[in-house]
Amino acid sequence: MKKYINTDRIYPIVGVIITLVLWQLIVDFRNVPGYILPSPTKIASALIRDFDLIRFHSSRTLYASFIGFGFSIGLAFVLAIVMDSFEIIKKALYPLLVISQTVPIIAIAPLLIIWFGFGTLPKIIIVVIVCFFPIVISLVHGMESIDDDYLRLFKTMKATKLQIFYHLKLPFSMVHFFSGLKIAATYMIMSAVIGEWLGGDRGIGVYMLRAKNAYALDRVFASILVIVIMSILIIYAIEFIGIKVLHWQTERDEE
Amino acid sequence: MLTMPLQTNSSLNDTVIKLEHVGKTFGEMVVFEDICLHVNRGEIVSILGSSGSGKSTLFNIIAGLIPIDHGKVAVRGTVGYMQQKDLLLPWKTVASNVGLPLKLKGFAKEDIEKKIKEYLPLVGLEGNEDKYPFQLSGGMRQRASFLRTLMTAEEIFLLDEAFGSLDSITRGQMQKWLLDMKNKFDNTVVLITHDIDEAIYLSDRIYIISKIPAEIKKEIKVDFHNEDKNKRLLSPRTLELKQEILKYF
Repeated sequence: MKKYINTDRIYPIVGVIITLVLWQLIVDFRNVPGYILPSPTKIASALIRDFDLIRFHSSRTLYASFIGFGFSIGLAFVLAIVMDSFEIIKKALYPLLVISQTVPIIAIAPLLIIWFGFGTLPKIIIVVIVCFFPIVISLVHGMESIDDDYLRLFKTMKATKLQIFYHLKLPFSMVHFFSGLKIAATYMIMSAVIGEWLGGDRGIGVYMLRAKNAYALDRVFASILVIVIMSILIIYAIEFIGIKVLHWQTERDEE
Repeated sequence: MLTMPLQTNSSLNDTVIKLEHVGKTFGEMVVFEDICLHVNRGEIVSILGSSGSGKSTLFNIIAGLIPIDHGKVAVRGTVGYMQQKDLLLPWKTVASNVGLPLKLKGFAKEDIEKKIKEYLPLVGLEGNEDKYPFQLSGGMRQRASFLRTLMTAEEIFLLDEAFGSLDSITRGQMQKWLLDMKNKFDNTVVLITHDIDEAIYLSDRIYIISKIPAEIKKEIKVDFHNEDKNKRLLSPRTLELKQEILKYF
């Protein structure tokens, strides 16, 4: 049987390998000091050496991230439903939501530390502030983009507002919801890390800050690698759930 | 919308839809000024007109989806409205799509399944219960949509260019099938079409409607001595009717 090789997957892998090899060669042959740019092998050994510590800190970051992400989803659903049901509320809130995203999170974060202390709560709030926006906007947009003919159809079937929401608006907006969810997921770990930079005693951001202060850049890069891996795994998990939930769309696209 | 009980004198006993001097405007645009028409029980009536003549607005008024500015609208019986697009929900199976009106009415799951099982063979969709709309052909999708309309209401059907998106062969099959369904369920059908052949083939009466501000230009009785509608298209009378209709376009 003839085997087909998926070149779409091979190219990025080859690209990463070439980058790592070049990086290693430049650091080794030009004798770049470790406190300026550590080599990939040094980063890997730092990761192995500090694995238990990094695992502990990462688990705290994941905890704050997932709690914040969960709250973001819940809040986004509530607000999207309210905005969809009441045009006035949508008109009043939409600009506020957009303005809220123009305020740099790095400027708000210290205030949250002052108000809520150095515990997990301010980190969770930062995750909610960052992740909530793309989810609510995607949901509102999804509900808005329903063809009027479908709404007319449900009216001829004498459907109540709740029935229209459950049988039409909610499933229809799922396509948009998962797009927003993936965008939010890319910010999820990063926003928790920003919260950790500003205070606290645990979390991968705290570990990173301590490593940076000690000029242990191999550990800094190790923590960056962990953040990247965690973010990618979460994005893939959401994509997988999206494919399962929207199976009708995936199968239709494959037809 | 103004609705009124129908008059009960003998001439109106069988009237299920009656529009009297209906007017409707959207902003500055006058869609109708004075539309009058009626449809009797068991009839197939076509509303024939070119695009942009407010035909769909007329159906929205009959279905109670939009209010009128003046005049009277009376509808006796439950109304099912089928549009040109099949509007099947892509995330639901054929059975779930077809059973949706019953679900919305609060029927028990077992009753819905029983009714679907009973009705699917009537439209030739048995064995396709678990398929999704994208797995069906255009004709099958329209039949599923038709069955959903039937589950919404069995008495009056409003078909808004329901076969307009199909190829001519499938369209011909669907027209024959519609006549079979009509005989089986004995319902009243009002069709919107811009296809003169379709109007002659299917209808008992045809209303020719002008462009907006729309008015009824002519009411034509489709009188064939041979009652078999399947032979209509080859009849010389079809040509005569066609010539008569074309005078108004």
